[in-house]
Amino acid sequence: MMMKKNILLACITLFALSTVNAQLYFTKNGQVSFFSKTILENINADNEQVISVLNIQTGEIQFSLLNNAFHFPKAKMEEDFNEDYMESSKYPNSIFKGNVLNIANINFEKDGTSEVSVTGSLTIHGVVKIITIPGQIIVQGGKVSAVASFKISPKDYNIKIPSVVSNKISDSIDVTVKCLYQEK
Amino acid sequence: MRKIPLVFTIFFFSSIKIVAQDTTNLMNQLETETAKNKIVYATATFKTTRIVDGQSVENLPQHVLDVRISHRFGPVSGGIYNFFGLDNATMRLGFDYGITNGIMVGIGHSTYQKTYDSFLKIRLLRQSSGARNMPVTVSFVTVIAANTLKLFDSVKTDFGARVSFVYQLLIARKFSENFALQVMPVFIHEDEISFAHNDQNVFSVGIGGRQKISKRVNLNAEYYYQLPATKAPGSYNVFSLGVDIGTGGHVFQLHFTNSIGLTEKSFISETTGQWAKSNIMFGFNISRVFQLK
Repeated sequence: MMMKKNILLACITLFALSTVNAQLYFTKNGQVSFFSKTILENINADNEQVISVLNIQTGEIQFSLLNNAFHFPKAKMEEDFNEDYMESSKYPNSIFKGNVLNIANINFEKDGTSEVSVTGSLTIHGVVKIITIPGQIIVQGGKVSAVASFKISPKDYNIKIPSVVSNKISDSIDVTVKCLYQEK
Repeated sequence: MRKIPLVFTIFFFSSIKIVAQDTTNLMNQLETETAKNKIVYATATFKTTRIVDGQSVENLPQHVLDVRISHRFGPVSGGIYNFFGLDNATMRLGFDYGITNGIMVGIGHSTYQKTYDSFLKIRLLRQSSGARNMPVTVSFVTVIAANTLKLFDSVKTDFGARVSFVYQLLIARKFSENFALQVMPVFIHEDEISFAHNDQNVFSVGIGGRQKISKRVNLNAEYYYQLPATKAPGSYNVFSLGVDIGTGGHVFQLHFTNSIGLTEKSFISETTGQWAKSNIMFGFNISRVFQLK
């Protein structure tokens, strides 16, 4: 009887331990916005259905979004974005898979903001590029969130902008990422 | 006593599984979940709100104004003397507007029979996959047109005799990124002065299609078959072949057709040209959209 209890205890401990070990945080409604500024027109679009997972033990961080979930102030822009530029039916997702460097230095038990550097592969329009961007990991009241902003150029991802509208779409587009995670 | 190791084993393996569930696994799981719960609507079944002359299931987005200038030249068979038809042009100036994403209206005037027309298009069903599966998009269109040509002084016609009504159902399916088909049953109540109809009520079934050739170029075709029982003598079924060229903001449409008329009533039930006799005409449309709000 004693042995039975011990084994049960061992099992519970093992189970509890392994759960703690899975340090995964996720969100299904992260936000990615972009902003293109030219003299003729400012264009901004928001996507609030970004999926992201952050592993605070290994530093792995991944994002995935559907291009057709970006919303624009003008309906025609949304159509052009999906049909002509991103070719969303051919390349439905944009994906980032990377690592937060020095994640071990962050204390997730304590409130605070940590400046981090993230390196990984960004896939847009079927083109994969390795990028390194600065970001912040914010711990507040036990909640973990990640923010970053960086610039990308449509040219780098083989997105062709027709010459008629080329002066309305910037070569350098500001991208902002905001994710508030929940624990798995 | 033998049961204990079994319980232990189960516990042990279930724990292992949790540890092994890494970042990528969780990502995949979330992506599948999201995809399952999302309704994916078929977009851009056709390039514009028209296939060639007739309506497509596309609607203008809310608050978008579309200015359409359509030209139809004379028969190509006119030869060099009429510059292959380009010497004679009829045109229609039209303004379409999206009231909501699923309801649009339009008004227009065309030089052919000095016709004023207005239409209403309502989307009833929308093709979708994912969380909701709908194989086709279905829209309803109604057109009211008035022929305002002056008749001989001796002939008095009241306005009612000049007005025609068209009721049309559009059923379309986007089969692939490049190919879409549309079937459209039509009922037309003719006006009394434009054409010698035996029957004021004409039934027709149209079929139209779109094939993408490149990112900006589409090949379109449409054909309206008039039911023989109600078809007027001397009227032929309209067949039109067109190319859409999108340039971002503007769409240019070039086509060949056997109809001079640019409104539904005229081209569906009052077409006198025949492809077989090369009574074909060249047409050229420009569409420009403006976001008003």
